[in-house]
Amino acid sequence: MATAPMTAGSQKNRIDWSQPFAYLVALVVVGITVAPVVYVVLNGFRSTAQINRDPSGWPAPWQWENHTGVLTDPMFWTQFTNSTLVAVATTAGVVILGVMAAFVIARYEFRGRAALFTLFTAGMMFPLTVAVLPLFTMLRGMGLLGNLLAVIIPQVAFQMSITVIILVPFLRSVPAELEDAASIDGASRFGFFRRIMLPLSGPGLVTVGVIAFVTSWNAYLLPLLVLGNPAEATLPVGVQFYSTTYSQDTAGVLAFTSLAMVPALLFFTLAQRRIVSGLTGAVKG
Amino acid sequence: MTAPNLTAGRATPARPDPDPAPARVRRSRRSLRDLALVWGFAAPALVVYIGFVIVPVALAAVFSFFNWNGLGPLERFIGFENYVRAFSDPVFLGALRNNVVILVLSLAIQGPLAIGIALLLNRKLRGRTLIRTLIFVPYVLSEVVAGLAFRLMLPPEGPVDGVLTSLGWSGPKPQWLADPDIAFWTLFAVLTWKYLGLAIILMLAGLQGIPEELHEAAALDGASWWQTQRRITIPLLGPTVRIWAFLSMIGSLQLFDMVWILTGGGPLNATQTMATYMVDIGNGRSQIGFGSAVAVILFLISLVIALIYQRAVLRRDMVGAVTGRG
Repeated sequence: MATAPMTAGSQKNRIDWSQPFAYLVALVVVGITVAPVVYVVLNGFRSTAQINRDPSGWPAPWQWENHTGVLTDPMFWTQFTNSTLVAVATTAGVVILGVMAAFVIARYEFRGRAALFTLFTAGMMFPLTVAVLPLFTMLRGMGLLGNLLAVIIPQVAFQMSITVIILVPFLRSVPAELEDAASIDGASRFGFFRRIMLPLSGPGLVTVGVIAFVTSWNAYLLPLLVLGNPAEATLPVGVQFYSTTYSQDTAGVLAFTSLAMVPALLFFTLAQRRIVSGLTGAVKG
Repeated sequence: MTAPNLTAGRATPARPDPDPAPARVRRSRRSLRDLALVWGFAAPALVVYIGFVIVPVALAAVFSFFNWNGLGPLERFIGFENYVRAFSDPVFLGALRNNVVILVLSLAIQGPLAIGIALLLNRKLRGRTLIRTLIFVPYVLSEVVAGLAFRLMLPPEGPVDGVLTSLGWSGPKPQWLADPDIAFWTLFAVLTWKYLGLAIILMLAGLQGIPEELHEAAALDGASWWQTQRRITIPLLGPTVRIWAFLSMIGSLQLFDMVWILTGGGPLNATQTMATYMVDIGNGRSQIGFGSAVAVILFLISLVIALIYQRAVLRRDMVGAVTGRG
């Protein structure tokens, strides 16, 4: 963003109030957005007794037992591992299958190409919510309930639409001259795909990868239904289990919750630009 | 399968192809190798997609005509009885109404708020990147974590009440999550907290696409800041606003996670949505047939809204979005 402030009549030596006003608005908005996060993180460092006595107080003294308690709980690490495995596998599946399909849709002329593209884009209209009950019965029939694959495969399938929509324009923008040059140099079709297309479409791949990862990391409905018990669960389901099991241990729940926030916040800080450009790129083509 | 077209002629002349091929598509020889490559590359994605998106959606339609608990054979065909039952069930109708109210309120409240804040923040500010990052934080947190945080903050005499007391609100506070008349508004406030950041970021991204010269020209012509925003910026932000509104509407209809965590649809079904109701009857009470009928209704409502919206509002924008011709 490189817009100069529009100051009404700035030539006339009047004080420009718009700048402090903008800061004030920013301060209020940021205050409201981060307050719950700050509350959870801070109160994770207090004991339940302290929290009950004074719900909106400051940690005094700072307690570390809650966090050590969660971090030495093998269940937390099991769920953390499950979440990581599911997110990594989902991302890999989405990127690999998505780029292959998008490549032929973007660069080949064949009968059924438009239909194929339409089929993938139509998926934007089928949210997981609509399919989740039949999915549950299908996965039970396959004997996959409780298996991480029961989350990974449907997630890959449901991410395919947005992935193809984002990747096709990317892959299409690679000039045809490059392809001709590659084939003159004796590269096979597959060689062209691997050596030229993939490297050049890097930013697009990162974008769809980040969207797939974040979506998977935060997913709740599908894991809730197909991963039955805490030892098989991913973190969001695990947080929910923990909060109902230890509902008396408010401080412990807060510590668990704040630790569950960390990966998403870290990952997001690193990939912020990609997420935003992906979201806006998806709607701008 | 036939050989690929040699010409750039469309296989479907009936309606214009929404996605014309690039200017220079490789002219493929009529060779099986090309076909093998094309379908070999498309097959894995296609198989997974059809198997786990198209098939379950189709199955939902099939199941919705049966009285079925998810086990044993599908044999008790009951026609449209599940649909009749849904539309005569006050709980479902209440859930549907909640979805619609959330949809309308989201557009009416979050939209203007997000546009206003984005217009104000679209300037040189110290720490702009930090501000934007922090505004986006709620969107990144999982709904489960966010919902849990609010559940811990909203009990009677909890931190929220404590803050209100210190701001001078003496006397009893509303039961934020336990009072059926209040819980729905609490839920809407939490949803606004969760999704306003996304709207602001999208609007800011849209504002960046507006050429600086326009502002300068308007300033030279003596337009005030407010006139410039109203006559130039906001109209040019149109495509972004329309896309955001579309995402917001579909999201409002699909709402599940936050409600499930925050209130579970209670108290007394005051915050039930179509999706929480569906999971409740389909998964909780094993009425897969009836639950599927609710899923189909939810889908059809989304589809109708999407189609009307696309026809009426998005047509110009989507042409640019899908084909990359802005």
